[in-house]
Amino acid sequence: MRGRGGLLGAYAALVYLFLYAPIAILVVFSFNRARQTAVWEGGTTEWYRSLAKNDLILAALKNSLIVGGVATLIATVLGTLVALALGRHTFRGEGFTRQLLYLPVIIPEIVLGAALVTFFGALAFRLSLLTVVIAHVVFCVSYVAIVVRARLAGFDRSLEEAALDLGARPAQTFFRVTLPLLAPGIVAGALLSFTISIDDYVITSFVAGVGSTTLPLQIYSMLKVGVTPEVNAVSTLILAVTVVLIAVAQRLQRRPAEREETS
Amino acid sequence: MSTVSAVEIRGLTKRFGDVAAVDAVTLDIRAGEFFSLLGPSGCGKTTLLRMIGGFELPTAGSIRIHGEDVTRTAPYGRPVNMVFQHYALFPHLSVGENVAFGMRYHGVPRGDEPRRVAAALALVQLTGYESRRPDQLSGGQRQRVALARALALEPEVLLLDEPLGALDQKLRKEVQVQLKQLQRSLGITFVFVTHDQEEALTMSDRIAVMNRGRVEQLDEAARVFERPATEFVATFMGASNFFDVFVRGGDAASVSIELPGGAAARLPREGREWNAGERLRFVVRPEKLDLRTHDLSTRGVPSVPVTVEDRVYQGVGTVWLVRGPGGEAFSVYEQNERPDEGARFAAGARAFLCFRTRDAILLSTAGDR
Repeated sequence: MRGRGGLLGAYAALVYLFLYAPIAILVVFSFNRARQTAVWEGGTTEWYRSLAKNDLILAALKNSLIVGGVATLIATVLGTLVALALGRHTFRGEGFTRQLLYLPVIIPEIVLGAALVTFFGALAFRLSLLTVVIAHVVFCVSYVAIVVRARLAGFDRSLEEAALDLGARPAQTFFRVTLPLLAPGIVAGALLSFTISIDDYVITSFVAGVGSTTLPLQIYSMLKVGVTPEVNAVSTLILAVTVVLIAVAQRLQRRPAEREETS
Repeated sequence: MSTVSAVEIRGLTKRFGDVAAVDAVTLDIRAGEFFSLLGPSGCGKTTLLRMIGGFELPTAGSIRIHGEDVTRTAPYGRPVNMVFQHYALFPHLSVGENVAFGMRYHGVPRGDEPRRVAAALALVQLTGYESRRPDQLSGGQRQRVALARALALEPEVLLLDEPLGALDQKLRKEVQVQLKQLQRSLGITFVFVTHDQEEALTMSDRIAVMNRGRVEQLDEAARVFERPATEFVATFMGASNFFDVFVRGGDAASVSIELPGGAAARLPREGREWNAGERLRFVVRPEKLDLRTHDLSTRGVPSVPVTVEDRVYQGVGTVWLVRGPGGEAFSVYEQNERPDEGARFAAGARAFLCFRTRDAILLSTAGDR
């Protein structure tokens, strides 16, 4: 048994090494003093400081934050409404709508990107930051709706009945009971949606116009010139933000189940 | 007790697809009484309660509360409040906020809320619990908060949907007594849903026993127990000894019958018509049967010869499982008065089932109602 356990442990270690070594190397080299070589020449935070002075990166970061913020806001509202409609009402085409919801999550990004750029072309929409926002809303809505729906599935309907029973009207019940209880799911969906928006490259590359370069697009264009420590630094920052947001989102999603267990 | 109707239900029906969960129920709940809807799961008792509360719309029929037609009124427009089966306390609000939740919709000034909350919590012996969270409370405390939240709005009728189902046996017994005392001192009409006949008997003034969406019997609690009107009610109230006999004749006050085993007996007629040659069914509660070694027919006590099959020792009492001459199964409950009483009969022994004629409950069968 012990021998097998050891073998399994070693195998697991190799898998994790394979998965995470490149990321670890990226993070380590973002602190490397050497500009070109892949040889460690001592630590520095110089590249992080030079990032702050790089106008191209700062402009791309600004675009990314605008796109991420606006797309998340719209997607969160729309996604929550979709989840409520699917979870609370029976209507014609409900099953179809539910299937449709998963589509942006499962179809290849390159197909979605190509479809969107064709769509904008057909409508004679000029590619700009606006088209990037619209494209991001398209896939973010699905993520928000899926997360909120999961939260809604564990929702005790008798809580809403109790509110109605105590004299609250449906709208008051929604704002005093339903919304506060769904809030962790909605926030988790929003965080997830922001993370995905900030990270997206493929779809954005199709629909971004001149002057609407986002951070992932900027990094990729910098890579064409060569891997610089600045790229490593900005990648490390994105990684850190992503990890934190995902961790928070997961915590928010887990909490209701844990609370029910103890109750 | 006044005889004004708190709730008048007329021909109330609720269909889910082809199934009638509640089927043309008509009944009156009196103001100030403790009224129970009793029946097995799926009998329609909860659906009936939910229609009174406004959570289900009836397919047909009407509901009046204190004379006002509320058949189609939304829950927030009805002078009733409900204690939910799993309490439905708002997990994101404190105990105090839960109890105060509905006050703003009932014209309670904001400044009065803390006082009213404290009074409601005092009623259920939870003074000082305002700032606790529902998940910090025990099951029994949560149940009391749910009760306080509903009572704080001073409803005319309080609906309770199996509110004790989640409590353990011992706590349940205590709460039953407390609930009954509270109901009496407040004078509010309680409509209580339960599947537990003992619970219904402990607390209720009157009980409606339901089966398959219909009311089988509506009577004072003791009457439902002592004089079940139908076979279903008899079985549900734990009277399981059925006797199928032929009517031989009779007079104005009684019917003469032939018992299994051939002995004759006369049972009170209870105002019903029975003709010679007809079949009649009656039931005797297990504790009203007596297991004897000798035939008491000659002394005028109805006796049926039986064979003892098994004995179930229950501490306080013993249940004898016996079979009649036609293979009918009977159970006899006996108090254990002496330590050796449990060993009176061996398995396979012959004995006689004796009972008093006044304990025989003549049943209406489904056909003659």
